[in-house]
Amino acid sequence: MILQLEHFYYVVGAILAIVAWMSATDRTNPRRWSTALFWGLYALIYLAGETLPAALAGAIVVAMALLAGFGGVRSGRPDVLPDSERRASAARLGHKLFLPALAIPLVTVIASTLLKDVKVGALFLIDPKQATLVGLGCASIVAAALACRLTRSTPVQAMREHRRLVDALGWAFFLPHLLAILGLLFTQVGVGKAVAHLTMSYIPMESALVAVAVYCVGMALFTIVMGNGFAAFPVMTGGVGIPVLVGVFHANPAVMAAIGMFSAYCGTLMTPMAANFNIVPAALLELPDKHAVIKAQVPTALPLLVVNIVLLYFLMNQ
Amino acid sequence: MQTAVNLWPLLGVAVIVAGFLLRLHPVLVVIAACLATGAAVLMPPLALLAALGTAFVKTRNLPLILLLPLAAIGLLERFGLREHAQAAISRVKSATAGRLLIVYLAIREGAAAVGLTSIGGHPTMVRPLMAPMAEGAAERQAAAHGTVLSDAARQRVRAMTAATDNVGLFFGEDIFVAFGAIVLMQTILRGEGIEVDPLHMALWGIPTALSAFVIHAWRLRRLDLYLDREARA
Repeated sequence: MILQLEHFYYVVGAILAIVAWMSATDRTNPRRWSTALFWGLYALIYLAGETLPAALAGAIVVAMALLAGFGGVRSGRPDVLPDSERRASAARLGHKLFLPALAIPLVTVIASTLLKDVKVGALFLIDPKQATLVGLGCASIVAAALACRLTRSTPVQAMREHRRLVDALGWAFFLPHLLAILGLLFTQVGVGKAVAHLTMSYIPMESALVAVAVYCVGMALFTIVMGNGFAAFPVMTGGVGIPVLVGVFHANPAVMAAIGMFSAYCGTLMTPMAANFNIVPAALLELPDKHAVIKAQVPTALPLLVVNIVLLYFLMNQ
Repeated sequence: MQTAVNLWPLLGVAVIVAGFLLRLHPVLVVIAACLATGAAVLMPPLALLAALGTAFVKTRNLPLILLLPLAAIGLLERFGLREHAQAAISRVKSATAGRLLIVYLAIREGAAAVGLTSIGGHPTMVRPLMAPMAEGAAERQAAAHGTVLSDAARQRVRAMTAATDNVGLFFGEDIFVAFGAIVLMQTILRGEGIEVDPLHMALWGIPTALSAFVIHAWRLRRLDLYLDREARA
């Protein structure tokens, strides 16, 4: 493979190292040394993750969490263009400003669908198993180059802007990664089995409607706890779906699985544990309430969960 | 009650729930949950650190989607991308925040349903384009009543834009046959001795996908009513 995910780990590592260096030299940041240390450690994981002893990488996780959790990751005062200048440049460049932004999805789609199977000699051009992520990496670089050209900026300016946005995200940038670690740890120690055991031991499932409701609501609740529907699905399907819905009430497994997974997604809409969907956008959109996105989603998620229960109840014997 | 299942791992879940209810710093809550989970199953400290480290290195692909596009987006923002998106939409007379987001919901859900999940996303579409456009439309709605958009209403529009991206993605991607979730469901059912056609799972997802569209589109209509009410008040 010519282009693979590992190459972009080095790109990310380099970006984070530059962010760390820019933070260290930024006197407007009240905590510039701890901020630089945080991003520097993150860079190390991307540049040397495979070669570090696992326990050392674990110690880095804990150190980063403590730095972020006790307010050690701050931002400097970014140098932004004055409002009038920005509006003038928007008027001058017009719709052309959209082109680099739209190039990101466009190039990603092209790379992940058309270029996926292209071979140069005996090698795949891009790793077919990671086509979307590698495609996004290529697209980001293409878009950055287009944006530099359009705005007549240097790559150094692009890096400054990159750092401005990373700074604005701060710890929210790290939270999804940390939650993924917790998710893997939960799986390793058998949290799923324990939850399934509790559900099955204490809730009588004699009627089909109760069993359907337990399956769908359990899927959503489990996802709220774990932050990921993929963790909830095997537990609830193995614990309630197959023995009760299929075994006792003769449900069609395809219907059960499809609606079950969607019930889990209703949970994803309602949990801070799904940080990359719910907490990161609140930070990206500079919302003072970090749960604002969740609050906007609950009134969609709850009725949809009820719809799922009704749909599964009436469709499962199809 | 005598039980063969070890319930101690649930300590980590309890830490998470308590931490979020007490509104402690999320990063501290999650790392505390990691340590509590390890302690609850009597994992030696070094083994726990090694487990955390291995997981950290293994999940490095996750932040890529967020981090890599930021250079291009940041640079375009410096030169007025968000201002231009806002100005462009305010020239469309019939555009309201709700209608704009309903169109976006349809595009996002439809694209995800045919496997094009990278059309959209919070760093690449929501922050630089869709949120400023929805805000621009909302500002025009307020201006039509001779008022300015309040901060509360502005934040509500932004939050709904992010929510619309999520709803469109989640309930679209699952009716695409080659999507990871369908493969996962098939693998797990096969492990339990049940053979299911992925196409059937994708098809039985369609009623929910349509319901998600209807429910969320209805809420976006309500967003317009809320904006009009706010503007008149």
